[in-house]
Amino acid sequence: MKVRIDTGKCQGHGRCYDLVPDLFGEDGEGFGQVLGNGVVPSGREREARLAVANCPERAIELDEES
Amino acid sequence: MTVDERFPRGLKEDDFEAEEADGVRSEIITGPVDDWATDFSHLEPQWSADPYPIQDDLRERCPIARTERFGGGWLPTRYEDVTSIAYDTERFSSRSIVMGNFRPPKSAAPIGGTPPISSDPPFHHDARKLLLPAFTKTAISKQEPATRAFCHSLIDAFEGADVVDAAVDYAQHIPMRVIANMMGFPAEDGPKFRVFVEDALEGINREPEERVERIENLFDYLVAQVHDHLDNPRDDLTTYLLNAELYGEKLEAAHVVGAMALLLIAGIDTSWSAIGASLWHLARTPADRERLVADRSLLPTAMEEFLRAYAPVTMARLVKDDMRWRGVDMKADDWILLSFPAANRDPAQFDRADEVVIDREINRHAAFGLGIHRCVGSHLARLELKVALEVWLERIPEFSLADPDSVLWSAGQIRGPRSLPMRIRS
Ligand code: HEM
Ligand code: SF4
Repeated sequence: MKVRIDTGKCQGHGRCYDLVPDLFGEDGEGFGQVLGNGVVPSGREREARLAVANCPERAIELDEES
Repeated sequence: MTVDERFPRGLKEDDFEAEEADGVRSEIITGPVDDWATDFSHLEPQWSADPYPIQDDLRERCPIARTERFGGGWLPTRYEDVTSIAYDTERFSSRSIVMGNFRPPKSAAPIGGTPPISSDPPFHHDARKLLLPAFTKTAISKQEPATRAFCHSLIDAFEGADVVDAAVDYAQHIPMRVIANMMGFPAEDGPKFRVFVEDALEGINREPEERVERIENLFDYLVAQVHDHLDNPRDDLTTYLLNAELYGEKLEAAHVVGAMALLLIAGIDTSWSAIGASLWHLARTPADRERLVADRSLLPTAMEEFLRAYAPVTMARLVKDDMRWRGVDMKADDWILLSFPAANRDPAQFDRADEVVIDREINRHAAFGLGIHRCVGSHLARLELKVALEVWLERIPEFSLADPDSVLWSAGQIRGPRSLPMRIRS
């Protein structure tokens, strides 16, 4: 599973990096960033889905396949 | 004395607010509302006391309500409609975001009086970008230790009291102190800020002359702070704004003062309301209070749930051009009362929308707005709310409303308790 942030949609609410701080971080203006290569470690899928479901801008994409 | 040509000593608001004269005033209409679908008003006592049943009813039967007050406006109540308007900056302008009896002239766009909240694209992006670095979660985390110590000092002062006012003696002081620190204003000026906030956001139906006079008081205060900062530059937001550049030049005086006014006003009423409403809920819902005291790990979801269910901020927009929108005929310069609180209670978006569920895991609420105007202060607001609740629950785990009928809610677009008598000892 892999996560990606659509920078066209993200407005820096920070729900993702509040909820899963080791998967998401913020840049110098508060916009969300995927840490590392975005691959969700196994066993952490639920948390990744939680971040997706709480992003007010629906800016986080989840690729279940990779 | 340091001289900055943008801020001559004795600068008055009239010196650059020539636009005021070109705006449009509408007739002030007040009085009880019979039919909320055709005559709504967010300034009547029935609305401030409890707007949720009104909004729920409108959402079911309307869902976009109309009023002829304030020169005409609309109130969408569905999440879907509120979202679409927040995203559609082409057709809905932020030239004014306070729905009242005055519309600034079209020439005020795209900058507006208090950038970036009053700005439209493309200017909005640049004015907002100036502020973002100071308000990231990382930058804001520096405020935590002082905020926590200050909350403790407020509770220390309750020593010996059985009943305290959680809105007046606790919630209000926290954002005032934090923003005074960040702006570099004297900490003891809190009581002045409270008056400025009321003038800007609550006195909407006052006569125009009185409103102008009151706004001038805020302006004079801010210019005095500018002069103090020019003489004694220090590491704070005021000095930052004075030195900031846009398009290779320092900001215009009106932009500096407008942004200062925005940060002062936007940061106080709002967090004060969020802290107060959360404590109000816990005081009247012992099951939630006990659960949270026993299991502090619930605080993050509980906080987001309070922000959803008691979202303090409603915004406004002005319709740009005549158009038919989702079944209603909107006219240019009609108001939109953009109710994030109504969106947050739409059952089409949230399960058990009208219940407060403190462990709600999926909570895509819009309390801090949506799209390009997302609250710049959201990380600060969350920090204040978190620390305020943590310290209160730690120090005063048992509390209840001393007299539910004497709780007083603010009128207008920012909603929260303004008097909240709380029994903290039996
Ligand atoms: C719980 C507390 C707060 C709530 C619920 C809240 C809510 C909001 C909302 C809904 C907006 C969007 C405005 C729009 O769409 O037109 C907004 C904008 C803004 N807020 Fe907050 N706010 C809070 C606290 C703060 C604080 C503490 C500050 C910082 C001092 C702040 C500064 C701002 C600024 C500067 C904007 C304008 C952003 C822009 O237009 O780009 N707010 N706020
Ligand atoms: S929650 Fe969404 S909008 Fe907020 S920072 Fe993360 S991706 Fe961006």
